[in-house]
Amino acid sequence: MADRPGSDQVTTLDTPIRLDYHFSAGAAATPYLRGLAEGKFVGQRCPVCRKVYIPPRGSCPTDGVATEGAEVLADKGTVTTYCVVNVPFAGQSIEIPYICAQVLLDGADISFMSLIQEIPADQVRMGLRVEAVWVPPEERGPTLASVEYFRPNGEPDADYDSYKAYL
Amino acid sequence: MPAAPAPRQGRRPVAVVSFAQAPNVRRDTAHNEVELLLPVIGEVLGNLGITKDDIGFICSGSTDYLIGGPFSFVAALDAVGVWPPKSESHVEMDAAWALYEAWVRLQEGDVDTALVYGFGKSSMGDLGKILALQLDPYVMAPLWPDPVSLAALQARALLDHGLATERDFAEVAARSRRSALDNPKAQVAYDRSADDLLGEDYVVAPLRRHALPPLTDGAAAVMLAAGDRAFELCERPAWITGIDHRVETHALGARDLTSSPSTAKAAEVAGVSAGPVEVVELHAPFAPQELVLCRALGLPVDPTGAGSTSVNPSGGPLAANALMAGGLIRIGEAAARIIDGRVSRVVAHATSGPVLQQNLVAVLEGA
Amino acid sequence: MAERCAVIGVGQTKCASKRLDVSVAGLVREAALRALDDAGLTFADIDAVVIGKAPDMFEGVMMPELYLAPALGAVGKPMLRVHTAGSVGGSTALVAAHLVTAGIHQRVLTVAFEKQSDSDAMWALSVPQPFAAPLLAGAGGYFAPIIRAYMRRSGAPDHVGMKVAVKDRLHALKNPYAHLHLPDISMKVVEDSVVIWDPLHYLESCPSSDGAAAMVLGSEQAAAASQAATGRRPAWVHGMAMRSEPTMFAGRDQVNPQAGRDCAADVYRQAGVTKPRADFDCAEVYVPFSWYEPMWLENLGFCEEGQGWRLTDEGATSMDGGDIPWNCSGGVLSSNPIGASGMLRFLEVALQVRGEAGEHQVDGVRRALGQAYGGGSQFFAMWVLGTEKP
Repeated sequence: MADRPGSDQVTTLDTPIRLDYHFSAGAAATPYLRGLAEGKFVGQRCPVCRKVYIPPRGSCPTDGVATEGAEVLADKGTVTTYCVVNVPFAGQSIEIPYICAQVLLDGADISFMSLIQEIPADQVRMGLRVEAVWVPPEERGPTLASVEYFRPNGEPDADYDSYKAYL
Repeated sequence: MPAAPAPRQGRRPVAVVSFAQAPNVRRDTAHNEVELLLPVIGEVLGNLGITKDDIGFICSGSTDYLIGGPFSFVAALDAVGVWPPKSESHVEMDAAWALYEAWVRLQEGDVDTALVYGFGKSSMGDLGKILALQLDPYVMAPLWPDPVSLAALQARALLDHGLATERDFAEVAARSRRSALDNPKAQVAYDRSADDLLGEDYVVAPLRRHALPPLTDGAAAVMLAAGDRAFELCERPAWITGIDHRVETHALGARDLTSSPSTAKAAEVAGVSAGPVEVVELHAPFAPQELVLCRALGLPVDPTGAGSTSVNPSGGPLAANALMAGGLIRIGEAAARIIDGRVSRVVAHATSGPVLQQNLVAVLEGA
Repeated sequence: MAERCAVIGVGQTKCASKRLDVSVAGLVREAALRALDDAGLTFADIDAVVIGKAPDMFEGVMMPELYLAPALGAVGKPMLRVHTAGSVGGSTALVAAHLVTAGIHQRVLTVAFEKQSDSDAMWALSVPQPFAAPLLAGAGGYFAPIIRAYMRRSGAPDHVGMKVAVKDRLHALKNPYAHLHLPDISMKVVEDSVVIWDPLHYLESCPSSDGAAAMVLGSEQAAAASQAATGRRPAWVHGMAMRSEPTMFAGRDQVNPQAGRDCAADVYRQAGVTKPRADFDCAEVYVPFSWYEPMWLENLGFCEEGQGWRLTDEGATSMDGGDIPWNCSGGVLSSNPIGASGMLRFLEVALQVRGEAGEHQVDGVRRALGQAYGGGSQFFAMWVLGTEKP
C-alpha cells in the first residue's frame, strides 16, 4: 500500500493475482505438436478451399469447417516480411537487434512469425530463403521451442510475385 | 403465412428459429474452443438448411478469464468462417446478452438473420478464484470469496427470513436432476428423493452438494430471424414478444439477497404476467436461487414442480452449467419447446455476476 | 436506420500514463458526468448504459462493468458490456446507438475506458499460451512487418511515417485532454528516437494511457430537449457499420483488409458519401502506428490504392492547410487508453460536428468520419456524423 505524500489518503493497493490454467491443444494441433517433437512441420488442409494451415487451429478460418489430415511440410521457406527489434522485451533473452519475420513454409498457405538468426540484421530482406534450425533431438518436445530459429539456406531470393499474395 | 404475435418492444417481430448445444461435460480436453464450437454452429445452421452465407449479423458471448488469455473470442470466430467479412460483435457477458444485442440489431430492418453463440470451459482454471475477480477490486476481491460461499450467504438469508427450508433446496435439486434424465445433453441427472439428498454433507453450510451446479465445459448457439424470414426458415418460430435486462449494485451488503428486484423489473418490461407461463427456464446455478427467481417473476414457488408452470424441464443449471453459454441455453431450451409444438408461451431467464446481480428475462410465444 | 439518433453529450478525461488520483470507478465516472453535464442531464435521465473496454486483464478485474454499475448510475437499468478488441470503443458506441435507432430507448449513456496502469498491459497481452506461437516483440512486432509490406507495395519513401508522427503530435498540442504534449516535436526528433521495431521509430508508436470517454446518445426528441436546455446542437448519426474478418487466413491482405473496405462502403452508402475526401470535412481514424495513416487513407477510399502516402506527404491530412484534416485531436499516437481509443475517435468527430472541439476545431465541419479498428486489423467499426438531420 502506498500513500500519497503529505496525505492520509490511501491511493493504491497491490493485489497479487495468480491463476493457473490447463490448456487443451485440441484435435487439430495434436499432429502438429507431435510433429515438432520429431523435427517435422505438420499442417492440415481445408477440405473446401484446399489451403494448408500451419499451425492448424481447428478450422479453416474462411470456410468455417474442420481442417483435415496431416500435411508434412518442408522445413524451409521464404521471409515474406519482417521487422528488426531493437529493444528488449520482457521475457525475451535474445540479443538485440533481432529479426522477427513472417516465414511462409514451402507448401503452406499461411506464414507464421519466427526468429531469424545467422545473418546481420541489416542484410535481412523480403524474399530471403530460410531453413529451420532444430534443437538437438533429445531436447525436442511438442512445442515450437523445438525450432531454435530460422537461418538463410543459401538459395536465391524468392521472386516478389511468388509471395505477395501472402502479405 | 401466419402472423407473428405483436412484440411489446421494438419495431419488428424477431424469433428464435434454431438452437444447438454441445454435450455438457465436466472436462473436454480433446477440443480447443474452436473445435468445441464447430459442430454446434454446424448444427444450428444445418437445422434450417442454411449456410454461413445466410447470416446477417453475428454476436457472441464469452470471457477471457475463463480461457486464461486475452481476446478469447477472436479465435472462436474461426468456427464460423467470416469470409467474406461480416457484421459481427461480442459481449464479455453470457451469450444471452449477445442474443439481446442481436435482437436489437435485427430491429433495424436491414438484416433478417443473426447467429448468436457462447462458450465456456470451466475446467481450465480454478473457478472459485477466477469468479472472485468479478467483485469490487479494492475491498472484496482481495479477500477471494468463492461463489459457493456467496451463494451460501444467500441461502442462509432465505432460511433466516423463513422464505425457504433446506428441504426446499433438496426438492429443487431432486426435481431438476430427475428432469435432466430426459435431456441427452445434461451432465448430472439422477432419480433420488429429497430425503436421500438431505443426507449429504454440507459443502458450505447451508448448501449441500446437491444444491451446487456442476463444473461444465460447453457451448451453445441460437439463430434468430425477423419477420417473414422466420416463417420461411421455421414452421413454428419462437417469437420473442418481450425481452429486458437489469443490473443491481455490486455491493453485496447493499442488496437484499432474498429478492431479485432486477429480475422483477425485467419481467415487468418483458410482460411475463400478460399470459400463462407454461414453461420457465431459469438460470439459477444454485438451488435456492430458483425460489428467489420464481418469486421475482411472479410465478408460484413450488420446489417439487407440482404447479401449472414447468420449471427447468431441461434440468437447468443444476444439470449442466456452462458459463457464458448457460443463459443462452435457457433461452434455447425454452424456445425449443415452442418450435417443436409442445407449448405456446414460455419464459427464459439468464443471470450474470455474483449471486444474481444482473438478470435478463425473455418471453417467447408461438404464432 | 429506423429512428434518428444523435450525440447529445460528450465527456472525456485527461489521458495520462498513470491516473493514480482516481479508481477505475472514479475514472469512468469523470467522463460520464462530463457527458451528462454536456447534455444537460443527470444519471436519472438515462435509460440504459453500454460500456466497453479491451481485455479485462488490463485492470485485473473480471467483467468490471458489474462493479462499475453503481458508479455509472446503472442500478435498476439495462447495462451491456462490449468487447471487440481495439475497435471496442467504436463498437460500444454503435451498440448504444442501435438501442436508440431501434426505438428501444430515448437516452443511452455509453462509456469506454482503460486503466492500463492498474495492471500490466504488456503482460496481459502476452500471457504465455502453451500451444500458440510465442509473441516475439509486442504489438509493434506484429504491425511493423505489415508496415514494411505496405512500403514495399506502395513504394512510399521512408520519411512518410515520421511526418504522421509529427503532424499528430502538433495537433495534440491543441487538445488539453491528450496524453502526449510534445512541443518540441520535429522530423529530427522523431528520426533521433530509437528505431524500436525497424522500420518504426519509438515516436512513431502510440503511448500507453489511462483514460475514459463517454457520450450520451439520444433520440430526435431527446436531442431537441438537450439542445433547448444547453444551446449545444446535436451531431446526427448518418451511418454506422461494423465488419470482421478472420485474423489469419491464406491470402489475407493485411495491409488493406477487405473488412475495412466493406465497412467503409456500408457506412458511406448509408450516409450518401461518394467521394470521401471531398464529402468529409475531417476524420478521426485509429492510427496507433504512424504508417497506418497512409494505409487507412487507402482502405477508407480517400485516394487510390498505393497513393495514401502522397496525401500524407503533401500535408493533406494536416490541420495546417490540409484539405482533409485527420486526427485533429492528436489521435491514438497522442493518447491510447486502449478500450477508449476507439470511442475517442467517435467522440472527437462529434465534437467537430457540434463545433465544440475548441482549439483543434476545423472550420465549418458539416460531416465527419470516425473509425476504429482492432485485433490484427480484422475488426472495424465506423460512423458518420453530420450537422443535418439525416
